[in-house]
Parts: sequence; structure tokens; C-alpha cells
Amino acid sequence: MREQNDYIVYVKDLTKVFGDFVAVDKINFRVEKGEIFGFLGANGAGKTTAIKMLTGLLAPTSGEAVVAGFDVRREPEKVKYNIGYMSQKFSLYDDLKVSENIRLYAGIYGLSRKEIKRKSKALLEELNMVALRDKLVGELPLGWKQKLAFAVAMIHEPAVVFLDEPTSGVDPITRRQFWEMIYKASVAGTTIFITTHYLDEAEYCTRVSIMVDGVIEALDTPKNLRLKYGADNMQEVFVLLARGEHTLQGKIKKEK
Amino acid sequence: MKNSIIQIEQLSKSFGEVRALDNINLSVREGEIFGLIGPDGAGKTTLIRILTTLLLPDTGKATVTGRDVVRDYKEIRKLVGYMPGVFSLYEDLTIAENLKFFATIFQTTIKENYHLIKDIYQQIEPFKDRRAGQLSGGMKQKLALSCALIHKPEVLFLDEPTTGIDAVSRVELWDMLKKLKRMGLTIFVSTPYMNEASMCDRVAFIQKGEILEVDSPEGIVASYEEPIYAVEGGRFYQLIHALRALEMVKAAHLFGETIHVTTYRRIAPEELARAIKEREGMDISVREIEANIEDCFISKLHQIIH
Amino acid sequence: MNALLAFIKKEFLHIFRDPRSLLIIVGMPIVQIILFGFAITNEITEAHIAVVDPSRDEHTTALTRKILSGKYFILDEYLPSEKQLEQSFLKGKIKVGLVFEPGFSQKLERGEHPQIQIVTDATDPNTATTLYNYIRAITADYALALHPSKATPGGIDIRTRMLYNAQLKGVYFFVPGLITIILMLISAMMSSISLTREKEKGTMEILLVSPLKPVMVIIGKVIPYVFLSLLNGTVILLLGVYVFHVPIRGDLVLLFGEIILFIITSLSLGILISTKVETQQVALLISLMALMLPTIILSGFIFPIENMPLPLQMISNAIPAKWFIIIIKNIMLKGVGMAYIWKQTLVLTGMALFFIVASVKNYKTRLE
Repeated sequence: MREQNDYIVYVKDLTKVFGDFVAVDKINFRVEKGEIFGFLGANGAGKTTAIKMLTGLLAPTSGEAVVAGFDVRREPEKVKYNIGYMSQKFSLYDDLKVSENIRLYAGIYGLSRKEIKRKSKALLEELNMVALRDKLVGELPLGWKQKLAFAVAMIHEPAVVFLDEPTSGVDPITRRQFWEMIYKASVAGTTIFITTHYLDEAEYCTRVSIMVDGVIEALDTPKNLRLKYGADNMQEVFVLLARGEHTLQGKIKKEK
Repeated sequence: MKNSIIQIEQLSKSFGEVRALDNINLSVREGEIFGLIGPDGAGKTTLIRILTTLLLPDTGKATVTGRDVVRDYKEIRKLVGYMPGVFSLYEDLTIAENLKFFATIFQTTIKENYHLIKDIYQQIEPFKDRRAGQLSGGMKQKLALSCALIHKPEVLFLDEPTTGIDAVSRVELWDMLKKLKRMGLTIFVSTPYMNEASMCDRVAFIQKGEILEVDSPEGIVASYEEPIYAVEGGRFYQLIHALRALEMVKAAHLFGETIHVTTYRRIAPEELARAIKEREGMDISVREIEANIEDCFISKLHQIIH
Repeated sequence: MNALLAFIKKEFLHIFRDPRSLLIIVGMPIVQIILFGFAITNEITEAHIAVVDPSRDEHTTALTRKILSGKYFILDEYLPSEKQLEQSFLKGKIKVGLVFEPGFSQKLERGEHPQIQIVTDATDPNTATTLYNYIRAITADYALALHPSKATPGGIDIRTRMLYNAQLKGVYFFVPGLITIILMLISAMMSSISLTREKEKGTMEILLVSPLKPVMVIIGKVIPYVFLSLLNGTVILLLGVYVFHVPIRGDLVLLFGEIILFIITSLSLGILISTKVETQQVALLISLMALMLPTIILSGFIFPIENMPLPLQMISNAIPAKWFIIIIKNIMLKGVGMAYIWKQTLVLTGMALFFIVASVKNYKTRLE
């Protein structure tokens, strides 16, 4: 039996109740180092609530979650120091320059001035954005902004990075470049915890969980999920599970 | 061939330095679902706002139902339905109050056109006394669609109706649009999701204010000429770099559970597998495939980048 | 017409569905008037006074007693000479000094004009002026009672000033002014925010694409808020009458008619603002901050317009509040009718029309 600290994310019976509404209902899963874990679910299935608990923003009602070795209930501040977070809605300050954003986040995570300087340089070179360092982030195309945001979320070398719909609205090429950045980070040992509405992206994950009405309805590799539900792709698996009806399978296929 | 209901000629629009639309030419036929597909910032919203008379073009001309979007804007406003990209109903009013309000300001009644919205509205009617702000994303969509349809428009404009909603609601929305099409409505819809192209009768790819291609989804796929292969096996990250290192490979992209590879010349699939085996010692499977819509868009993007 | 009714109904729903804003809109004026009314009135009571009275004769003691008899002054001490006054001022012991000329009574009996010197601390000019006026008034009163026939021209002058506010109550001046300022700011704020909210929430896009005419939107926005502002105005008036005992001497119907006119003017100004700005935040900033200063300073609420330099006096003509303050003071305190305020009423009507027409003209039928 392995210890819970061997996992980067360890979740046991995690539950969150708002009033009489059970948003997250005893979910269980474990994520290993270097995994790309796809966290899918319909709107309102409890995904956002679960992520808020895992990132230390919301205290669980019951159950436990250990992220990067720290209990989210007892040590939420330590959790925050050891994770990276990036969301589609908010990531960088549009009215600050590229370099200022990098410096700001590096500073927030307590990097020394020397480190900040070294990391900024390396990060900009890696992204081919050295020439853009004095540009306001608001002036960058969305794809660039999201790539930069991802790099910034990784600046303090977190054990795990949470990406909340990072590729929404990004063009198909940039979207793939973004995923290659994710792969690179994963190969280097960073664990990726990602949500997305693009279900082809679910195929890029090492494992995928699908949340329906507060519970995890399925959790496996994309390939096994496809096999299990007799689906051609993850889109079908998702629609099947999220609707909770198997009869629709034929209908979806017919439409294709 | 059916009549064109939207006609766009050499339309351009800039915001300050940014050229949002650059010499757009398009024609949308009566009764079709026309998809405008492209990423954020491509100019989709600007084009829809010009067609719904919310913005003035800098140059060029556009007509909707034969009426000029600049000159005849008042008439067009009576004839089109519009669902903006962000939820734009009154969140502090209930479902029923919203619908009634929009029916009245469009000078009609719910009763008069109920048949149009019946299928959609019935799904949310049990909650009609709930405030719009408390609805789920999918229900908001249905309400917004009902409100946009209540005055029986000839053309329905939907700006990214599927953005930010889950895959189930997306499937439902396309079902609804298809039903509306059967009732004779022309539907002009924008989306960033490539795989939704197959739901449209014809699509236009848009990128940085330019239309890259206009055709039926089948036509777009058929006109794709490069040889393309699906590669599986090994770890994605190492594999994609190994593939790109090969001389014969033009481009390699992640694609679902596979990597799509385009080459400069037609090759036998084994040729690629052997090359990877020799270089990296990886066992992969390669098969030649038919390109899908997204491959086509990516290829078009590469053409304008290079 | 149906569309307009539907629009008005919708606006009322917005108002009632947002109890917090409603509370702020109705509650804020109440708090303001009570604060202003009690704390910042320029009525001063129990001001410490030092008296220098070398002769201490019949009239000086009588006059001093009369001055001290009200609630306004408390005797600090009698000082032997004027020189000690400054010490008392510096120590902050007194607010005012009263210096009688030697041989005061004799001079008065001889029919001369003996002098009283009133020394005030002008670092606080408002208080100084008020205290000065109190003493002048009491003195004139005394002189008049003494020789009704030989009233000095100065005394007559004082009488005119006191005519409508015999007790010199600050509240009388403040309540009409406050009603004006509050109605102006709240109305402009409500209408400008309500329209910019539609822009911010994106509902404006749908309204624009609908066949609804601009003038319908503007009227539909103004009408519900007329009722709300009227409610506000009534509450403030009631507070003024029952808490601060300010009289309403004129015709109530006329008063409310003028209040409605002023509300419509303010609401249309708010609408005009909102046709120019895109966010609620900016609308709030402009309707509160940018309107507040000119309205308070240039309307005659605090500073008399007659004393302003000419350019400011001219600018003050453009301030709707200036005209309404004249109207409301005339109706409430003097009890006059339309014959005396038709000019100001006309000006306000003109302004309201101008704001409405300008709003319709400025209302963008598109997004840019």
C-alpha cells in the first residue's frame, strides 16, 4: 500500500455541501507525478467546486485532499505555494507589460531577485517572446497570452499546475502549441491537472475523469474509456455519460 | 441554387490600428445553416455585429434580406434575430418576464409565434418563474434562443452560442438549430470549435479578419490535397519531435489519440513507421487517412503563415 | 405604446428586485438630511462671549442681558479692556467679543449713535458671520423697542433680512437646499446607472437590434424613476417639516409640480450622461462627483451667488439646482405663487427639454 504522499493529488471522499445542495459528493481519485490528468464534466457538475477545494480556495465539508504533499484543509497556504494555477478567465494583467507580469508572479511566489532575472530571461527565450518583453499583455494575441500565462504559472516550478479551460477560443495551431508546452512540462515531471471543453483534448491526457452531478462517473485512460463505452471518441463518451442515457449513442452516431 | 439572403462585398472594418475585417466577400443562401469558424479575435463578432446593424463598416457593402445594413437598418432590425456571445437577457427578470418583454418590444405576442419556440421553450417552461440569473448555462441558451426567435425573424444570427457550454448542451443546441432550419429559417452562426463545421451546410474559415475558404464541409475536405497520415504509439511528446525531425514530414500535429502527419510527397505508411523505428527505436502504427475539417483549417493557417 | 408600457414595467421590476439598491437610494437621502440637519446647520448655540463694558450703565446691562437671555450666547467673563480680548481668543475661550463704547447710555439718551464693536474669530467665517448677525439682530431689536420712531436705517435693513426666518434658523435654509442637492444627485445617478447597466450587461445590444425607438427607451427609463425620486423628495420634505419644523407656506400642489419638473430635469441629465459613457462606474463617478461640486458650490446652497465673481455667477446660471433652490425657497419659506417663480420654472423646463432632446440625439443607434 502506497502512502498518500506518493501521489501529487490524493483525494478521498471529498465532499462539499452548499446548504442542502451537494455540489461534490464523495469523490475519490489519485494523480501521480508527471501525469496529465483531464478533469471533465458538464457545466454545473461540480468541477469548479472541486478545483477550488484542491487549490485551497474552499474548505471541504468532509473528506480529505492532499495536494503536493499538503492537506488542503489544514495547510491551504502551503498548498497555494506549491501549485500553479491558470484560468481562461483570469491569468495575467492586461495593463502590465509582459516583463512586469512575469516579475509580479515570480515575486508573489517568493523568488529572489536574481532568480527572477534568470527565470524571466529563460522564459522569454523559451517562448520566443524576448522582443515582446516591453509590450502590454493586453496587446498580445490571445494564443500568445495563454502560452505566456502558462509559463508564468510554472515560474516557481510547482509540483502540479491546475489549468482551467486554458485553450478556450484559441486557434487550432496555437492550441496544439499549447499542448506541446503541456507535454514538455509533463515530461519534465510536472503534474498537469486540466479542464477543457474541447473533447479532442481529452485524448491528449494520460487519464481522464468525467464528473456528473457531483460524482466521478468514469475515470480511466482515454483509450479504455472509448473501449468501455464502445465510442469512437471522447466526445461520444462524454455526451453519453453526462446525459446519463445510453440510448442516445445511436442518435449521435447518426448525426455525424 | 437558392437565392442569397446575405450578401457581403469587399467589407472592411478597423478599430484604430487593428484591422478586424479585411475585404470580406460572402454570400449566404436562403434557408441554410452558415457557419463562421475561427478562433477568438478572428473578426467573427465584428462581422455579425455589422450584419445585425450594430456596427458600421468602414468600406464595402452588405445586405441582409436584400436590405442595406447601413441605410435600411431599421427594417433589418425587424427581420433578424440575434443572440450575442455573452448572455444578454435581464438576469433579475424571470424566464416568462424576459420572453414577454422581448415579444412586446418586437411588437408581437408569445402566442402569435409560439409554434416557433415551442420545442425549445417547453424544456424551460417548468422553471418559468425562476430568474434568468439563476439558470444553468444550457437553460440560459434556450431562453436566449427563444427570445431571439419570438418575433419570427427571417435570419437568425448566433454569436458563438456554444462557447463555454458543455458538450451535451452543444449537441442539444445544434439539434435545435437544425429544427429551426427545417422551419425555413436562415441561420448564421459563429463558433471556435472546428468539429462543429460538420453541423453546417456551408462554412467559412476566418482568421485575422480574412476569409480563408468558403465551402460545404464535404467540399472543404474533398479539396484537401496533401497526403495525411494518422500515427499512433509511443509517448506523444517524444514521438511528435521525432516525426518533425524527419525530412519527409511537412508538419505533425496532435490530433485526439493520434498524431496527424502531412508529408511533402505521398509515401507508403510503412516507410514512415520504419524511419521512426530506425531513428528512435519506437514502434508506431501509421495509416493514411482522409483529412478532417480541422486538418484543413490548420493547413490553411500554415499557408498564410508561410 | 405597448412597447413603452412593457419597458416601464420592466424598469419597475428591476427596481423592486434589487432591494439593496432601493434601500441605498431611499435611505441615503434620509441619512444625509439628518446628518446635515443636525450636525452641519449653521445655527450656533451656546457660543462663549466676552464683554468689555467700561460704563456698565442702564442700557449696556440691559442689552447684554438681552443678548445672553437666548440660547445663543453664554457669558465667559467681563473683561476690563479690549486688549484682553485677544488673549481669550487665542486661548480658544470665546467665539465672540462685545465691546461697548464708554458712556454708552448717555450718548443714546442724547440721541447720538453710540458704538458697539463686535469682535469675531474670522478663521471660521461662517460662524463669525452668524454670530455677528445674531448680535446685530438683537441690538437692532433693542434699539427699535427703545425708539420705535427713530429706527436707524441699519435696523430696518436687519429687519428685512430676518423677515422669513425670524429666529435665524439655519435649518430653514438648509432643508430646501438639501432637497435640491439630494434630488439632483440621486436622480442623475439612478438614471445614468440604469442605462449604462444595460450597456455593460449586453442587454443594450438586444434593445438596439429591436425596433424599439431611442425616445421610447429614454422615456421608459425616466418615468419609473420619477416615481422613485418623488418618493424620495416626499420623505425628505416630511423629515424637514416634522423633524426640523421647516414650514411649507406655499401651495403644496405647486411645490410638488415643481419638484417633479426638477426631477425630470435631473433624470434627463443622468440619461444624457449615460449616452456618453460606457460603464456604470464612470456614470456613477460623473453623476456623483462631477455634478456634486458645481451643484453644491454654484447653486447658492452654501455660498451666496451675489457674492461670487461675475464669471462664476454666469456659470451658475447653467446649474439647474440654482433655479430650483430659488423656486423651492420661495414656495416653502415665502409662500409665494407661480407669479413670482414663473421665470425660474421656465428656465428649468427649458433645461429639461434640452437634456431630453440632446439625449435622443446622442443616443447611439449602434454600438459605436
